[in-house]
Amino acid sequence: MRVVVVGNGMVGYKFCEKLVTKNLPNLHITVFGEEQYPAYDRVHLSEFFNGKNVSDLSLAPLAWYKEKNIELHLGDPVQYIKPSVKLLHTFKGYIKHYDILVLATGSSAFVPKIEGIEKDGVFLYRTVEDLHLIRSYAPKAKKGTVIGGGLLGLEAAKALLDLGIQDTHVIEFAPRLMPRQLDETGSEMLMTTLTQLGLTIHTSTNTSRIVGDECITGLEFADGSSIETDILVISAGIRPRGELAIDCGLETGMNEGIVVNSRMQTSDSSVYAIGECALYNEMIYGLVAPGYEMAEVVVGEICKMFDASATAKLFTGFDMSTKLKLVGTDVASFGDPFANGENIRNIVLKDTVKGVYKRINVSADGKYLLGGVLVGDASQYNMLLQTCRNKILLPPHPEDLILPAREAQKEEGAGVQALPGDALICSCEGVTKDAICQSVTEHGCETVDAVKKCTKAGTGCGGCLPMVKDLMVYTMKQQGKYIRNVLCEHFNYSRQELFDLIRLHELKTYDAVLDQLGKGDGCEVCKPAVSSLLASLWNEMVLKKGNDTAQDSNDRFLANIQKGGTYSVVPRIPGGEITPEKLIAIGQVAQKYGLYTKITGGQRIDMFGAHVSDLPLIWSELIAAGFESGHAYGKALRTVKSCVGSTWCRFGLQDSVSFAIRVEERYRGLRAPHKIKSAVSGCIRECAEAQSKDFGIIATEKGWNLYVCGNGGSKPQHALLLATDLDDATCLRYIDRFLMFYIRTADPLTRTATWLNKMEGGINYLRNVVINDSLGMATQWEEEMQALVDAYRCEWKTAIETPEIKKRFVHFINAPEEKDPTVQFEILREQKKAANWK
Amino acid sequence: MITQNETAVKSSQWFTACKVEDVVENGGVCVKYGNEQIALFYFTRRNEWYATQNECPHKKQMALSRGMIGTKNEEPKVACPFHKKTFSLVTGQCLSGDACSIKTYPVKVENGFVYIDVSH
Ligand code: SRM
Ligand SMILES: Cc1cc2nc3c(=O)[nH]c(=O)nc-3n(C[C@H](O)[C@H](O)[C@H](O)COP(=O)(O)OP(=O)(O)OC[C@H]3O[C@@H](n4cnc5c(N)ncnc54)[C@H](O)[C@@H]3O)c2cc1C
Ligand code: SF4
Ligand code: FES
Repeated sequence: MRVVVVGNGMVGYKFCEKLVTKNLPNLHITVFGEEQYPAYDRVHLSEFFNGKNVSDLSLAPLAWYKEKNIELHLGDPVQYIKPSVKLLHTFKGYIKHYDILVLATGSSAFVPKIEGIEKDGVFLYRTVEDLHLIRSYAPKAKKGTVIGGGLLGLEAAKALLDLGIQDTHVIEFAPRLMPRQLDETGSEMLMTTLTQLGLTIHTSTNTSRIVGDECITGLEFADGSSIETDILVISAGIRPRGELAIDCGLETGMNEGIVVNSRMQTSDSSVYAIGECALYNEMIYGLVAPGYEMAEVVVGEICKMFDASATAKLFTGFDMSTKLKLVGTDVASFGDPFANGENIRNIVLKDTVKGVYKRINVSADGKYLLGGVLVGDASQYNMLLQTCRNKILLPPHPEDLILPAREAQKEEGAGVQALPGDALICSCEGVTKDAICQSVTEHGCETVDAVKKCTKAGTGCGGCLPMVKDLMVYTMKQQGKYIRNVLCEHFNYSRQELFDLIRLHELKTYDAVLDQLGKGDGCEVCKPAVSSLLASLWNEMVLKKGNDTAQDSNDRFLANIQKGGTYSVVPRIPGGEITPEKLIAIGQVAQKYGLYTKITGGQRIDMFGAHVSDLPLIWSELIAAGFESGHAYGKALRTVKSCVGSTWCRFGLQDSVSFAIRVEERYRGLRAPHKIKSAVSGCIRECAEAQSKDFGIIATEKGWNLYVCGNGGSKPQHALLLATDLDDATCLRYIDRFLMFYIRTADPLTRTATWLNKMEGGINYLRNVVINDSLGMATQWEEEMQALVDAYRCEWKTAIETPEIKKRFVHFINAPEEKDPTVQFEILREQKKAANWK
Repeated sequence: MITQNETAVKSSQWFTACKVEDVVENGGVCVKYGNEQIALFYFTRRNEWYATQNECPHKKQMALSRGMIGTKNEEPKVACPFHKKTFSLVTGQCLSGDACSIKTYPVKVENGFVYIDVSH
C-alpha cells in the first residue's frame, strides 16, 4: 500500500512515527515537506532565541526516516492533487500515485489586510525561516510591535524583548488579552504583569495602516493615533492551509479548513486530513495534542485496512486547555474557563500585590469542576485539569483547590492517588496514569528520564513532567521502594549516603572514593559532586594532586571559563566594602593584563578576558595588594552583600557592613551542593536584598532577623523567616547549623530554596532542626563548621606558591610560553569583549 | 608501550608531543602541532592514552583538553567545559545526541615520551 503524506510538520511526523510502529507489511510511506528542515518542534520554536538550533528542535534526524524506509522529500511542496486518479504533482516535478493520501499541511499565520503590509521589517512567526529573518533584522530595531495579543502573539512579544528590543508593544483588537482563554479580570492581571516585564499593551486597537518608505517606521490606528516601530511581527491568528484541498474540489469550510469526519476522512474517502488544516465539527484545533490524536485515528483506520478485526478510535473533539510558556509569569486556562450563570458557582481568588488571579467554575451542587483560569500562579494546573477532565468529585471546600498551600501541609505528590487509572496525564502523547505507573511496576523505571523513554510521556510540550514525577514517586513509595537519587552509573548512592560513607572511611581523594564506593572510571557528573563532598568535609586545597582533574573545569583552573576560552577573575570584596587603594590596585592589574572590568550584581568587581597562562601572574599581583580568591568559580559561598547601615544611613539600626564582612569571612571558601549567597541589611527597607538570598540577615531594634532559603535566578523565591532578634553569636550559630544541615542533605546542584521545597514539613521542620536541635546534631555541626573555618586558606595563594600547581596554567603543554592564538576580542565602549560564537 | 590504533601504524607519522610526566593524571592537556591544536588525554586509571582535536564542534571553542574525562558504559569520553557536551575518545562521536563529531589521533608512549600520529 502506498501512503503519501503532504506536510512534514509536527502532526505529519507523528503520524509517520505511529504508523511505522505497526509494522504493516508492504507499506510504502512517502512524505513531501515544503520546509527545508525535517519536522521540528514548533511548540518550542521560541527557544531558538535562547540558543537552541534547528537540530536541537528536530523531532527525528534524517537517519530515522532512512532507517524506517520512509521516502522523505524536503523543500518540495505538493502543487496539486488529482483525487480521481489518485496522484499528485510536486514543485520539483515528481508525480506520485497513492492509495491513501494524508494531508497534514498545518496552517499559516493569518495576515490581516492592512495597507503597507509588504514593507521590510514586517514578519510572521510560524517557521524556523521566519525566526531566522527576525533575528537578522532585530539588531537594527529599537522599537518593536506585535499585532495580536493571543497565545502566540505574547510569545512573539517576549521573543522581541529577549532579542534586546526593550521598547516592545502588543496591539490587540479585542478589549482584552488572550480573549479565547482568559476572562476580563484574568486578562487585566496578566496585563499588569506584562507591563512590568517591559511590554506596552494596547487593547481595543485596530491597525489601519503600516507606514514607512521601504522599511516600516510606524503604525496608524483606526482611532487616529499612531506609534513608531522598527519591526512588526504579525500574530493575529492562524489560517488552515486548505489550498490544495480547494483546488482539487475537496469540501472545505470556515477559513478554508478541510472538512473531516470523526475518522478524519475528507469528502474523498482515500484522502484524510489531520492537524491544524483539518476542520472537525466547525472547529480548527490549533494545538499539538489534538493533532496527535487525529494522527492516531488515521493510523487506526489504516490498520483496519490490513486487519478488518482491528478496532479504530474515532475523533470526538478535544479539550483545548492550555498553559502559556511565557517566562516571567504563569497563565493557564482549562475546561470551560468562562462558565457562568445560575447553575454555576464561580470561586475567585485575587491578589493584586502578587499578581495572582485564580478562578474556578464549579457545578452548583459543588460536586464537579467545570473549568477555570489561572494567572500568576499555575502550579495547580495539572491537578485541576485532571480533576476537571476526569470528573473527580470535589472536596467539601472546593476553594481549597486554589488557595496557596499552607507551608506545613505541603506534601509532595499529594493528590495523584485520587486520579482514575485512565486519566490522561500527557495529552500530547496520550499517556494515561496507568501507563506511567506500569512503567514503574513492570518495566522498573525509577527516574523521570526512564519513564519518559518508556512511555513517551512528557516528550511533547513537557507540561506534564511535574505530575509524571509525582506519579513515579507515588508508585515507588507504594511498592515500598525507598526513593533515592543515585548519583550516576558509577555510584549507586545518593549524595547524602556518599557524604556519610566518605566521612566514615575518611576518604580524601576522588580516586579513593571511586575505588572503595563506586565502579568504572567516573564521569562529569560524579566527579564534581564527589569533589564538592570532599571539599565540604575536609576543606583541603581542591587542586591537591589526584583531586585536580576531578574538579569541574572551572574549579580546576580556579576561574570561570568564558566565551573564547579566556577566564574571569573575581577577587573577594567582603560586604562590598573596598578602600581606594584596593580599587586602584584592581585598575592597575586590569590595565596591565588587558582585562575588561565590570561591577557585578554581587557588589564586587569582575575582570574578564584573562589568558589561562596569565592567571597566576594576575593573582600574584592581586594577592600582593591584599586580595584573595572570591570563589566565583566554585559551588561555594559567593558574596555577602551589605547595605551601608547604621554607620552612615539615617535609618540604620545596626552596623550591617561590619556584620556582613564578619559573615563573609567566616564562610568564605565553604564548598556546598550549590553556590550560597547572603546579604545583611541595616533595617527593614532591605537595601541589601537579604530576602532573596540563601541566608539573609535584617537588622531590628534588638539584633538580627534571620531569613533562609531565598533565591534569585530564573525562579525567584523569597526567603522565609527562621528566627528573630538574635544577637551576633546566636545568629552565626544558627547559620552554622543551617549550612551544615544543607551541605549534608541536599542533592547535587540544589540551591537552598529547592532543598527546602522538597523537605517534608518545610520551614517548620527546618526551624525545629536548627533552633530546637530536634536531630541532636547541633553541637557536632557547630564543631564541624568551626573546623572548616579554621582550615580555610586562599586557594589562589596556595596555587601560586606551589610550583606543580602553578605550572598547570598553560595553554600548550609543549609551548608553555605561547597563548592560544585562536582567542579573539572585539572592542566595545573602549573596552574589549569576547568575539561572538562562530 | 601502548598503542590505541594498531592498524594505523603502517603509514603513521609520529610527532613527539611531550613527556609522560607533563600530562595531568586522569585529565587532558593541549598540544601544539604547527597550527593545529590537539587535546591529549591520559586515562591513568585505565592506563590508556587518547588524542582528539582540541576544538569543540559545538561552539568552536578550543577547550576539550580542559574537559573532564570519564566513561559511559565503559566507553571513554570527554565532556566539554562549556556546555558539557560529551564525545567518545575512541570514535570521536558526540554522545550527547548531536550530529557533530571530533577527529581522533592514535597515541603511543615510548621511553617516557608521548607520540601522536598526525598522518591523517
Ligand atoms: C558577574 C555576574 C553578573 C554581573 O555582571 O553582575 C554573574 C555572572 C554569572 N553568573 Fe550569576 N552573576 C552575578 C550575580 C548573580 C545574581 C545577583 C546576586 O548574587 O545578588 C544572581 C541571582 C541571585 C541568586 O543566585 O539567587 C545570579 C544568578 C545566577 C544563576 C541562577 C541561580 C539559580 O539558583 O537559579 C546562575 C546559574 C547557576 O549558578 O547555575 C548564575 C551563573 C553565573 C555564571 C557563573 C555563568 C557562567 O558559568 O559563566 C556567570 C559567571 C561570570 C564570571 O565568569 O565571573 N548566576 N547571578 C554577577 C556576579 C556576582 C558576584 O560578584 O559574584
Ligand atoms: C510559536 C508557536 C508556539 C506554539 N506553542 C504551542 C503550545 O504551547 N502548545 C500547543 O499545543 N501548540 C502550540 N503551537 C501550535 C503547534 O505548533 C501546532 O498545533 C502544530 O505544529 C500543528 O502541527 P501540524 O503538523 O498540523 O502543522 P505544522 O507543524 O504547521 O506542519 C505543517 C507542515 O506542512 C507543510 N506544508 C504545507 N503545505 C504543504 C504542501 N502543499 N506540500 C508540502 N508541505 C506542505 C508546512 O510547510 C509545514 O511544514 C505553537 C505554534 C507556534 C508557531
Ligand atoms: S551573567 Fe548571569 S544573567 Fe548574565 S548572561 Fe551570564 S548567567 Fe546569564
Ligand atoms: S562549546 Fe563545547 S559544548 Fe558548547
